[in-house]
Amino acid sequence: MEKVESKGWSPYLAGALVGVLAILSVYLTTTLLGKSMYLGASTTFVRAAGFLIGEVDSSYVAENAYYVKEKIVIDWQFMMIVGIFIGAFIASKMDGSFKLEAVPPEWEARFGGSTKKRAIAAILGGTVMMIGARMADGCPSGHGLSGMMQMSVSSYVALAFFFGTGALVANLIYRKG
Amino acid sequence: MGIDQTLGLLTGIAFGFLLQKGRVLRFGKQVGAMLFKDMTIFKFMLSAIVVGMFGILILADQGIITQSHKPMNVGAIVVGGILFGIGWAVMGFCPGTAVGAVGEGRWHAIFGIIGMLIGAAVYAQLYPFFKATILSWADFGKISLPQVLGVSPWIVAIGFTLITLVMFKFFEKKGL
Repeated sequence: MEKVESKGWSPYLAGALVGVLAILSVYLTTTLLGKSMYLGASTTFVRAAGFLIGEVDSSYVAENAYYVKEKIVIDWQFMMIVGIFIGAFIASKMDGSFKLEAVPPEWEARFGGSTKKRAIAAILGGTVMMIGARMADGCPSGHGLSGMMQMSVSSYVALAFFFGTGALVANLIYRKG
Repeated sequence: MGIDQTLGLLTGIAFGFLLQKGRVLRFGKQVGAMLFKDMTIFKFMLSAIVVGMFGILILADQGIITQSHKPMNVGAIVVGGILFGIGWAVMGFCPGTAVGAVGEGRWHAIFGIIGMLIGAAVYAQLYPFFKATILSWADFGKISLPQVLGVSPWIVAIGFTLITLVMFKFFEKKGL
């Protein structure tokens, strides 16, 4: 019997619940931690990189201005990123949508099933993306969700550039002919 | 684990659960939006923003929470935004969704995560250079839309909601 993947929830509903989660989260962090924390992701990659490099050369990390500025600690956001992994695992196991996948199907349709090719592109893409995220001081979570909710001018401009450039490049590389 | 870490972990589990249920942890959904073929991530994000916007406005209005705007540093936002967009299109995941994608078995997102760790290390190394160049061009500081437009934040929130609803109607009409 072929297993049909469940379609999940309406993106409107799941998204609205993320809005509720963001409100709850800022309220709880303010009352329990004394500091209003907003959903975000990219700073954690700086901390993770700092931990990894610190294993090899701890004095480099201790003296680097950026690691000093961002503080290499396992904080609220770091654990939130760990939680995203766990939450996605639980949700996908519960509805049977968990699937081991070596290459995204849409990528395969355009560039073939080579894992090596996909890996090289993803590593290069991830590198450029994170340099951009750190420069802009946020990603689609920190700017897109948290910043836009708070009506920050920088976040609206950042999202326009994230998505505008993304659309331009995606149309160049994924659209055939 | 400290209370801040516990709270972070629980928030993340709920966030990851909802990201997965909304089916936005997929390469095809993210690139699909960039190709204007599938607007799932927009439906998800805009719904979250509209709901969150009113809640945060009420809490800030009551003086319960403090808002935290990121500075409108022109070079940082424009150059950083362009670099982000290029990388996002190639990698097909943003930072948070890459981690969630691995959680639902799409382990190829690990390559993107490796890339992001390299990118963070490169940025830390080049930080003094960026600070002296791109980041020093022009900084308008931590400004908000209501401030710039000179209107009440409630007007902005209502306006944003109306624009969002028009977009949702358009997406549904076009079957996106």
